[in-house]
Amino acid sequence: MNPSTLAVSHNSDKAGAQRKEMVEAARNFVGDGTGGSDFAQAPVVVRDLVKRYGAVTAVDHISFTIEAGTTVALLGGNGAGKTTTIAMLLGLIEPSAGEVRVFGADMSRNRYDVAQRINFQSPYVDLPARLTVKENLTVYAGLYGIANAGERIASVAAHLQVDMLLDRPTGKLSAGQKTRVGLAKALLNAPELLLLDEPTASLDPDTADWIRRKLKDYARERNATLLIASHNMAEVERLADRVIVLQAGRIIEDETPRALIENYGRETLEDVFLDVVRGRTAQKLPAEPDRKAS
Amino acid sequence: MNSPQAMPRVEPVLLPPNGVSASLRRIAALVRRYMYLLRSSGVRLVELIYWPFLQMLTWGFLQKYLAGTDNPYAQAAGVLIGAVLLWDILFRSKIGFSTTFIEEMWSRNLGNLLTSPLRPYELVAALSLWSIIRLAVSMVPVAIAAFFFFGFNLLDLGLALVAFFFVLVLTSWSLGLIAAGVILRYGLGAEELAWSLAFLLLPLTCVYYPVSVLPEWLQPVALALPPTHVFEGMRAILLDHTFDPTDLLWALGLNTVYLAAGYATFSWFLRSARKNGTLLQLGE
Repeated sequence: MNPSTLAVSHNSDKAGAQRKEMVEAARNFVGDGTGGSDFAQAPVVVRDLVKRYGAVTAVDHISFTIEAGTTVALLGGNGAGKTTTIAMLLGLIEPSAGEVRVFGADMSRNRYDVAQRINFQSPYVDLPARLTVKENLTVYAGLYGIANAGERIASVAAHLQVDMLLDRPTGKLSAGQKTRVGLAKALLNAPELLLLDEPTASLDPDTADWIRRKLKDYARERNATLLIASHNMAEVERLADRVIVLQAGRIIEDETPRALIENYGRETLEDVFLDVVRGRTAQKLPAEPDRKAS
Repeated sequence: MNSPQAMPRVEPVLLPPNGVSASLRRIAALVRRYMYLLRSSGVRLVELIYWPFLQMLTWGFLQKYLAGTDNPYAQAAGVLIGAVLLWDILFRSKIGFSTTFIEEMWSRNLGNLLTSPLRPYELVAALSLWSIIRLAVSMVPVAIAAFFFFGFNLLDLGLALVAFFFVLVLTSWSLGLIAAGVILRYGLGAEELAWSLAFLLLPLTCVYYPVSVLPEWLQPVALALPPTHVFEGMRAILLDHTFDPTDLLWALGLNTVYLAAGYATFSWFLRSARKNGTLLQLGE
């Protein structure tokens, strides 16, 4: 199944219309986040966010809201600002200007109010290699305040098929096994908001597909909110309800995957991505008859 | 990949994230992590004892040799060994604090920790507590060996030993906080600081000689450093059989200032690292 077929097959017309409405509403939301709107309780509200490193602007006045239960993908080339945005959402980087609110908490000041409701996984971080998988998960169960650590670890480990790895040193695992263990750590506290940076990077297609299925199930079963930064278009098409495309730190598209494909007159999100990074916007594309040939 | 196993799902029971008990739980979780790490490597465990043991042997034999000379200072039993053991309390505690912190960066785990509910002061508390545990592991066997090899009993220092210990450990935490902050901000390139910062105190705190040996203009600097009062106090006990608690209270007061300054420096560098985005690059 190619990615475009995949995208179409999981987007029924009705669901597609609902998602489009949702994206539209989220995009147009300009409330103050204190009430009077369903979005006041939105897990993620980003307003006019800027991050500058000296003369370089990594994130340039971006605003978006993510509704509960949606999966949003941050898409963009290298240096587009995806990881910086996620790091600001996690409170790892302080914004130069603007605001990030997660579950209503200002992440620059009150991130500990909501830290227990969030978790993340990234290829930029590892779990200590010398500790066994079980030891690592036990430590994080303690940090996240999980009272039934033993049972929860066993449950998550079984679910992600790392139960047979529990007594092995984390550093001795394969890339796929490490990813699953990292995901086990990220799901330990059953986070309402899960932030994932390249969740299937360096995995074989079978394992990557398996991980995506797990993430999709997790989001659906718990009505959890997922924000994924990825270069993998198949992943984005499969998982995301909505795609925010970043270029040079700015949001240049904010649509459902299907709408993006339609707007650009392309067959796959990968084609759209290439258009975007090469500076061709939907409006700049050649007229309909010539599109396929370009 | 196989299809999911049919196992009943266990939901996490989340304890309240705020309050003293939540803080203690997170500190305990981190100390447990350090314990796992030490347990995972026999070499690390041996290394903890190896260096202070060598140090004690070297200075112990020197003391034994000097005891046979006419120098009354050198003849005083245990002055050199006592100085070495007390210096090692400061040095090992500092190293324990800093290397444990660096370990998080080597293992690229800091991002996980800093996005968890763990507060910076809890990280500092865990590092401090662990530095004492490491100190006990390394120094207790060495202190016992000093007794058997050279007849020097650290406990002869009496209750003053407790005060000395606290002064030295508190100073080591101040230094550890500054080193951790700098490494946090400037990355592992500044790692050397973790190892060398304590050595800066070696000549200034008069470990092996009295303050009066220093040039007059340098003496106020030495006296502004809490460990100087410990080494002066130790010599007073062993050579003159006197103990001045006022001097140690002064040292503890100085330590309060240094510890506050150390934590402020660490917090400042952490904020700076968040602003500069260096927390993302750590360990890479």
